[in-house]
Amino acid sequence: MLAVTLDDPSDLDAWRAKARSLLLADVDPADVEWRAGAGGGLFGSDDAVPPPRRTTVPGVPRAFLGLAGTVLAHRDPRRHATLYRMLWRIAHGERELLRIATDGDVAWAHACARQVSRDMHKMKAFVRFREVRLGEDTVYVAWFEPEHDIVPAVAPFFVRRFTGMHWSLLTPSRSAHWDGATLAIGPGADRADAPTEDALEDLWRTYYASIFNPARLKVDAMRREMPVKYWKNLPEARLIPELVRDALPRMQAMVEKQPTVPKKKVTPLQKAAVDAPEGSIAALRRRARDCRACDLWKPATQTVFGAGPSDARIVVIGEQPGDQEDLAGKPFVGPAGKLFDRALEEAGIDRSALYVTNAVKHFKFEPRGKVRLHKRANAEEQAACRPWLAAEIERIRPSGIVCMGAMAAQGVFGSSFRLMAQRGQWLETPDGRRAMATVHPSYLLRLPDHDAREAGFADFVHDLKLMHAVLR
Amino acid sequence: MAVPMNVTEKLAILADAAKYDASCSSSGGKGRNSLKSGGIGSTEGMGICHAYAPDGRCISLLKILLTNFCVYDCVYCVNRRSSNVPRARFTVEEVVDLTLAFYRRNYIEGLFLSSGIIQSPDYTMEQLVRVARTLRTEHRFAGYIHLKTIPDAAPELIDAAGRWADRLSINVEMPTEGGLKSLAPEKDLGDIRSAMGRLRLSIDEAKAEKKAPRFAPAGQSTQMIVGADAASDRDVLTASTNLYTNYHLRRVYYSAFSPIPDASKILPLKPPPLVREHRLYQADWLMRFYGFDADEIAPPGDDGMLSLDMDPKLAWALRHRERFPVDVNRASREMLLRVPGLGVKTVDKLIAMRAHRRVRYDDLVRLRVPVKKVAPFVETVDHRPRGDRDTPLLRRDLREPAQPDLFG
Repeated sequence: MLAVTLDDPSDLDAWRAKARSLLLADVDPADVEWRAGAGGGLFGSDDAVPPPRRTTVPGVPRAFLGLAGTVLAHRDPRRHATLYRMLWRIAHGERELLRIATDGDVAWAHACARQVSRDMHKMKAFVRFREVRLGEDTVYVAWFEPEHDIVPAVAPFFVRRFTGMHWSLLTPSRSAHWDGATLAIGPGADRADAPTEDALEDLWRTYYASIFNPARLKVDAMRREMPVKYWKNLPEARLIPELVRDALPRMQAMVEKQPTVPKKKVTPLQKAAVDAPEGSIAALRRRARDCRACDLWKPATQTVFGAGPSDARIVVIGEQPGDQEDLAGKPFVGPAGKLFDRALEEAGIDRSALYVTNAVKHFKFEPRGKVRLHKRANAEEQAACRPWLAAEIERIRPSGIVCMGAMAAQGVFGSSFRLMAQRGQWLETPDGRRAMATVHPSYLLRLPDHDAREAGFADFVHDLKLMHAVLR
Repeated sequence: MAVPMNVTEKLAILADAAKYDASCSSSGGKGRNSLKSGGIGSTEGMGICHAYAPDGRCISLLKILLTNFCVYDCVYCVNRRSSNVPRARFTVEEVVDLTLAFYRRNYIEGLFLSSGIIQSPDYTMEQLVRVARTLRTEHRFAGYIHLKTIPDAAPELIDAAGRWADRLSINVEMPTEGGLKSLAPEKDLGDIRSAMGRLRLSIDEAKAEKKAPRFAPAGQSTQMIVGADAASDRDVLTASTNLYTNYHLRRVYYSAFSPIPDASKILPLKPPPLVREHRLYQADWLMRFYGFDADEIAPPGDDGMLSLDMDPKLAWALRHRERFPVDVNRASREMLLRVPGLGVKTVDKLIAMRAHRRVRYDDLVRLRVPVKKVAPFVETVDHRPRGDRDTPLLRRDLREPAQPDLFG
């Protein structure tokens, strides 16, 4: 049996150095006795590790070192031996050992790591600093009793969080001190070294008592997450018995109490009247907001009504809003809208002079996880929406209408209209208006190859330039 | 008014008034700390629960209202304008000081600030923004801030709120529009959805462009009250699906309607069983992490309510015996996730393990899965479920005896 002593039994580097030399010397895990404590002290000196029998140790998975670092903080004295046995097995052909979650050693190590992580997490949660004034300086001091040797591992968290304070964390086995610049890990302390109260704790208890809902008493759930062993260092915990005892009577009193007559007169909020004279576009928009002529409103965010000056000379009609338009409540703001803007710029047309709208005013989509796939509105939905478009055109009385895409064009010219054959020319509509049709910008976005897209875009711009004749 | 209230009295009223908001999460968003600024505060992805109240709920944030005066009259709300509860109002400075004092002592992860609507939505929102801005700019506070957002407030104020807060939330309040109309007559589903839509656009934009100003890096969430109106679980889950899809919410919180002091006559006399809320959270989890959709969990046709005596995954599996048993050594991850009693972590362990050796029944035992629940639905090298248990029998064996609901 070979005795190996670790000065700091929780330190990964120290354990790792010993384990490495043992492995190089081919020392079987069963032949090692791991001891903790100051070297050369209580247990006598270390046995000499035999000379190396090999020159390299096979690479150890990074995950193992991570796991070992956590397990070493555990109080269980078997941890050094178990970790060495795992290392040995990994080095002797069981490279994938860590992937066998049900292996005895692996399961044990993971269970230890879980307990250490939980202890660290609870320390981050349940440390309660108390303010101490030392002359000019204010120091925050906490007494905490962790289950495992976690202070060196947790202290950096407190540095990152409380950088601008001076503080000390005192525990029975170690302490940590931060003076605003340096973190020092020191020896254990005594409870009497820590302050016993803080003026603010009454306020904190007030909060704790007030945020508790007596109608939902679940004491077991509380105990599971905030085990009783921590209570002695939590200033709020002393309220728990009373809060639990009074919960049921408080709750019953609430239920039994007859509703009271409202006494106070608080004037309800007056929503600012919308300035929308009857017959105006604004009034129309207001009404369209609550349109339920078809079912498209149900899953959608909002009606996407037309936008632009009410005396615009041209009304541009697209097909239906998409994802971005639905969220923003404005037409042509998504990818197709961006392309439309670029084409207008190229054509030398100011979008703000146009009234831009859609044939259908709600986004139709099919949910696919977090994505909303665009779906074409059917004939019924298009028909249900037609009165809105007709009313927009009626109010604006434009000198020209530009239809983008077949849905808009057929809505204006009738269902026999053939977009690709009749696009790019001012025509007369059946009801005697001047109108023109072109492609929808989303059609250009869908074109597969670059050249076709370029050519399509140029044609689109060419069509849009026809608007100059009307705008002038 | 007699003597002005002190901070303790205000805190008692304004924390009490805030406790019906279920969210106390301080998770999400990018990590940050105070090493560079020399201030205080950090967020490291996963939030920390600093205490638990005897209602089993985590206390992570200082959750308060700026004021519980309110011009709205939402029936279910303890702060509605016709309620006779005592009223109080914090100043901006009081909230800032309280947050910092609690934070320095490690009581909290940060602040969750909400408010009744006073004067106007814009006025109220402006006050909330001032608290967040003061904490961030004057005190270099890097802890978590969650601001309740008022749907009708001006877009500039919402932009400012997103600039300083980690998370913004707008409560949809009720699963259906009918419920909202009858219980919160001054709120409007259209306003709420359109405000959520704007939030999603701003959050997406900030995420897509590195140089864009910060905007609510921990996203947006919402809350629905369950059991105050007639909406079924199916209505609730359908509404949630729509919210997750449309607005990419981080979380939908379900809050079982709970008796409030000075309740209105319109409300139901008895609260819904708390286990209903629990089942809804389980269902929500199944939709977000297990590939289920609302139709599978609460199928159309029946009453649209989840079973109270078994979890929704088990209930689904019992309705779909034809999909089982699942071979643990061969099934896809998707299908393993549908096995009652197997969680994401266990499934991933099984998948990692089976690449190296065959999974045996004993492995399931060692992974500490609830074997009674899992065994009828899986096969391993050395295990096949007993063929003699029909669905009613299995249902009887696996149902959880109804928890004695304390006040149910």
